[in-house]
Amino acid sequence: MIKNLKKQNIWFVFTPYLWLVLFFFVPLALIFKISISVSEWGMPPYRDLFSLSENGLEINSTLGNYLFIFSDPFYIRSYLNSLSLAFTSTVLCLLIGYPIAFYVAKSKTSIRNILLIMLIIPFWSSFLLRVYAWKVLLQGSGIINSILIHIGLISEPISMLHNHYAVILGVVYTYLPFMILPLYGYLVKFDLNLIDASNDLGAKPLNTFVKVILPLSLPGIVAGSMLVFIPVVGEYIIPEMLGGSDKLYFGKIIWDEFFVNRDWPIASALAMSGIVILVFPIIIFQLMYAKYNFRNE
Amino acid sequence: MNKLFLKIFTLTIGFSFLYFPILTLIAYSFNDNKRVMVWKGFSFRWYKELFQNEQILEAFYTSLKIASLSATFATFMGVMIGFSLTRISKIPARPFFIFLSSSPLVMPEIILGLSLLLFFISSNHIIGFPSSKGQLTVLISHITFSVAFVAVIIQSRLSSYDKNIEEAAQDLGTIPNMIFWKITAPVILPAILSGWLLAFTLSLDDLVVASFTTGPGANTLPIVVFSKVRLGLSPEVNALSAIIMLIVILAALSIYLINRSNIKK
Repeated sequence: MIKNLKKQNIWFVFTPYLWLVLFFFVPLALIFKISISVSEWGMPPYRDLFSLSENGLEINSTLGNYLFIFSDPFYIRSYLNSLSLAFTSTVLCLLIGYPIAFYVAKSKTSIRNILLIMLIIPFWSSFLLRVYAWKVLLQGSGIINSILIHIGLISEPISMLHNHYAVILGVVYTYLPFMILPLYGYLVKFDLNLIDASNDLGAKPLNTFVKVILPLSLPGIVAGSMLVFIPVVGEYIIPEMLGGSDKLYFGKIIWDEFFVNRDWPIASALAMSGIVILVFPIIIFQLMYAKYNFRNE
Repeated sequence: MNKLFLKIFTLTIGFSFLYFPILTLIAYSFNDNKRVMVWKGFSFRWYKELFQNEQILEAFYTSLKIASLSATFATFMGVMIGFSLTRISKIPARPFFIFLSSSPLVMPEIILGLSLLLFFISSNHIIGFPSSKGQLTVLISHITFSVAFVAVIIQSRLSSYDKNIEEAAQDLGTIPNMIFWKITAPVILPAILSGWLLAFTLSLDDLVVASFTTGPGANTLPIVVFSKVRLGLSPEVNALSAIIMLIVILAALSIYLINRSNIKK
């Protein structure tokens, strides 16, 4: 450890420090400021917090934007929809991803390396294009409808796009590699002899799984779930491409409020509430999990 | 036997799910029909049109430029953060620094994009910089969210390797700068490379933050693609997907082959 900050180390610490203060912290402080401002016509479309007039210093701050958001079920529902989408798709990714990660990790080294490359390829390829692929597949004239008609399950093409099931499917598909790769990372380090030992001692396969394999892969489950849950909470692209008007999500509401309605204070208030409702729980969970790990070590 | 069947079954279903959409897209990129899903015959028509589409080509070039610059700057700063947090004990307001360098990881990109855009507009208002939104503002934004990802990778590498080597060098009178360049940097080189690669892909793939912070003349590839497929389908985008998949597969294969020959040695 270098104890004292010598001159040659100063720029090492302060270049990124200043950068993050300037381009991460200040912008967040700014949307907080705009979120408690009064909106008005003009450019910028809100009134300054402090203004000097003949009555002296005036403070134009308001909690009205927040009150407006939380009195309108439309906005509250969009937060709940986003949370439930993130939760549902995380669970589905885990259920689908776990067996895949498990069997890939248990394969022979030569096959395992090829399978690993096959897991990384979708992970690297463009996110947007993988969502677009489902748009192509789910079209009325798309391949899935054609197959279903061909085998006689349906007679007319059914509309599979523009509903929240399509959104869940798209999210699970695009985020599945984010779940599988960390799971694989923990399962591959896992000593297979432990399974044999547990079997030899008379444990049933289910018992072995619940009492031996699952606890040892818990860090992978947590890491994978975080990698899915966090970005899905603010997801904009997938609901916009595959979703319809049956369920609206937080990301799209902010986008529309800013680009369509041009209401900066409301968009900022939505973003700030989003941080409190959607991001703080994640940070608290991570701190608790770190503490739990620390105690168990 | 039962177990082997279950394994092969799971892996087949799993990998089919991952690859079916991509492969369908590639197959239909050779379809000689403007209506994407109605097969008319095999042709390279959409590839020809893709390579004549200046909007896409220009966006591709812009994206590559921003991604490589952003990855390089983010890697430099990510290494600085990783090194500072694991090796330098006296950092002013250390918890605040940790907060700054890790919270971009959990910040929804839509909030990041919105806050940066409002920041650029205000700063233009107050000090006249940045003079307009464009490639520079997209670059700054991409660096900002990539730094945290690189820092995490570097930090985990730095905290897992034996610090005694650095201390030995220090005892032998090597100055800290030399220690960094001669000892620490070579050891964490693989982490630096994977950090750069991650930052590069993050920037190349980003649509949301770029949509907020872009301006005239700075349409990145995802922005152009999104505008084409938001409301409908586009056969040119199918061709583009096939090309991107080919590049990714070639890159993955070459990494696999390099790894294998390294292990053999």
